[in-house]
Amino acid sequence: MPVPSRRDDAPATAVTGHADPGEAAFSAGAPRAVDSVGLGRARALLFVAPALLLIGVFLLFPALWTLYIGATNFERTGPNHVNPQVTWFDNYVDVLTDPSFYNSLWLTLLFVLFSAVIGQNGLGFWLAWSTRRLHRRVRRVVESLVLLAWILPSSVVAFLWIAMLDQRGGTLDALLGNPGTAWLVEYPMVAIIVFNTWRGTAFSMMLYSAALSSVPPSQLETARLAGATGGQTLRDVVFPHIRGHVLTNTLLITLWTFNDFGPFLITGGGPGDDTEIAAVYLYNTAIRDGDLGYSGAISLLILVANVVLALAYLRMLRRRDSS
Amino acid sequence: MRGSIRPGASSRRARTFTLVTGLSMVSVLAAGCLGGGGEESAGDPDRNADATEFTLTITSNAIKGGKNSEGATWIEDYVIPEFERIQAEKGVTANVEFAPVGVDDADYKSSLGLDLETGKGADIIDIDGIWVGEFAESGFIAPLDDVVGVEAVSAWDGWGQIQESVQQNASYNGERYGVPTGTDGRVIFYNKDVFEAAGLPTDWQPTSWQEILEAAETIKAESPDVIPLQLNAGTAMGEATTMQGFLPLLAGAGAEIHADDKWQGDTEAVRQVLEVYETVYGTGLGDPTLQQEAKGRDRSFQLFAEGEVGMLLESDYFWRSVVNPDQGVAPMENRDEVVGYAKIPAVTPGAGVGGQDFVSMSGGSARVINPNTEYPQQAWELLQFMNSAEATKEQVAGSPRITHRDDVNAEVLSGDPMLTFIAEEVVPLTLFRPGRLEYVDVSIAVQEATYAVVEGATAAEAAQQYQAALEDVVDAGAIATG
Repeated sequence: MPVPSRRDDAPATAVTGHADPGEAAFSAGAPRAVDSVGLGRARALLFVAPALLLIGVFLLFPALWTLYIGATNFERTGPNHVNPQVTWFDNYVDVLTDPSFYNSLWLTLLFVLFSAVIGQNGLGFWLAWSTRRLHRRVRRVVESLVLLAWILPSSVVAFLWIAMLDQRGGTLDALLGNPGTAWLVEYPMVAIIVFNTWRGTAFSMMLYSAALSSVPPSQLETARLAGATGGQTLRDVVFPHIRGHVLTNTLLITLWTFNDFGPFLITGGGPGDDTEIAAVYLYNTAIRDGDLGYSGAISLLILVANVVLALAYLRMLRRRDSS
Repeated sequence: MRGSIRPGASSRRARTFTLVTGLSMVSVLAAGCLGGGGEESAGDPDRNADATEFTLTITSNAIKGGKNSEGATWIEDYVIPEFERIQAEKGVTANVEFAPVGVDDADYKSSLGLDLETGKGADIIDIDGIWVGEFAESGFIAPLDDVVGVEAVSAWDGWGQIQESVQQNASYNGERYGVPTGTDGRVIFYNKDVFEAAGLPTDWQPTSWQEILEAAETIKAESPDVIPLQLNAGTAMGEATTMQGFLPLLAGAGAEIHADDKWQGDTEAVRQVLEVYETVYGTGLGDPTLQQEAKGRDRSFQLFAEGEVGMLLESDYFWRSVVNPDQGVAPMENRDEVVGYAKIPAVTPGAGVGGQDFVSMSGGSARVINPNTEYPQQAWELLQFMNSAEATKEQVAGSPRITHRDDVNAEVLSGDPMLTFIAEEVVPLTLFRPGRLEYVDVSIAVQEATYAVVEGATAAEAAQQYQAALEDVVDAGAIATG
């Protein structure tokens, strides 16, 4: 089943779509192109063949397979499992008229916006910015703690968060002296947004730490001497230097978060469908309900959403390059 | 992307060509691959019958120290060493392994389906009786006659000890797919300490729904910290919602979920059941949060064991495996004194299915042989051993339960009052779930309807929602309304 790996495939597809090695091969062999390496068409093809094969087997084939399954009424069990029928676009029509699909898209949008674009980005940058002048050792400690959240196994982390947010004897309720709040039931979306922010901030922090070191200290010094406030310095001195990093970082974490399955371990998409974000919706449809054809259609639509997102970011990135 | 601004026309054609070829190749491949599942026949029943060394794996949703701990202990500490010893005496080296699992039934079922479909999985598999039809229709399992041969199957003397109704748990369309492993019954469990604190009688048998709700009201008034009545609802609990909550109540309202070729839709009986849910979760007699939590069912067990829940509808599984002082997941030292049980009443006396005063639902599981096993005869031998009178007695020695074997029941029944109660009072009036494919989808519709009530919908709204969901999964002509 390609379902669990879909979150990895999607961004990769989007990215490789633009670094298509096949393209290089074709242009290398085109009559008017300059064959600067002197390989010739055949040998050039030979060189890219392994890469093409891998892409074909692990990206192209699953994608086409999903496309095919999405056009059938294939199910995990029962008569439609034994004798699936090709139903063409029925699944797509059903998905596009299914309120659950829009619910999951909406939740995913909230999830991505608050936990990745705002949460991880903001917190990551803030951590990188505010610790940059601290003593080396202090910074290491902070970085290690943040990194720990990133590298712990998901199942361990999920267990800890469930224990922390539990209604009876949960750590958070104990700390607040406010027993009886079932955080995962009463505020499920907030819970997974905070969770994902905590979980993924390390990447943004590391990236911004590196990016900030590319800001010339002399300019910062100048800004300080000119009496610029912190906000002005960030806007006029720092940001122009790291804009590319911001966009790249946002692109990456958006795509990751869009396809993130982690919250499933904490809420299972529930209560009801309150946290059924795209990846969880897909899993529930395919694995829990066994509607493989239907979920094939959903995953293709999610793939399209991913590509659209990636293209939008890439366009922004290119506009920056040309400006 | 820059390099591809002006792609050569030839390369564009070449790419289109590649894409089209790729697509058509995939379609051809796919047409051959999708479906067919495990449709191929089970293979020669006598393959490897003479092997002097073999390996077999048993799997069950049981794990030592966790879910169904006693079952796992029995397999690991009795079945495997004994069977290997018997084989060794015959000069055969048997390696039997147990693959323990301890997860929600739905997850267990998913992984079994994937295993069986890909020709993998354990050789002997424990499945819920209600999955037999679905697995058979999908080609995941095959009739025993095909897997191990008609002669070998009919030669087993154990069949004579298993009642016809119990054999249905392991059969589909009149064919045996495995050996059933016993049956169960649903009752109301109540905590006598909670009842006593609320001034209610500790020897209690309600005769109408009203009496249950009144008892719950009393508990709520007398012991505000205790959850009076936890009635399984919602989607997180999966089949437990249907089997331990909705269906027994529906039987009490005088209807079967599937009767006369029709499924219960938005009917009077269904609305009556949903109204009970509305009363319980709308007026604070039950805790709606528990029904929404991902692990709410386990939590409700824990709370019951801690004296925080007054009443629960459960099967005798609860008695054997949950509050069992020795091996339960929520053990209660004083189970025998504190945990009371009562039959589930009809809405009013005589209003239950078939004019009954009391109702229940029963299920049971089955052990099947994986059609892909390398050693069908040895697996069948192991299965017979597991279901021998001796092994069955050993299985229930620690915690009695109703087994599939009459001879064993006759012996162990007398030892446990709870078991006797189920066998004598509950099983005679019980109902089984319909062994139909659509049941799985109908059950999900039921769970969603109860979830809607827990979340605050009225019974009437939930019933309409249920009707709509039902129309998606079964023909409109096969739904009873009104």
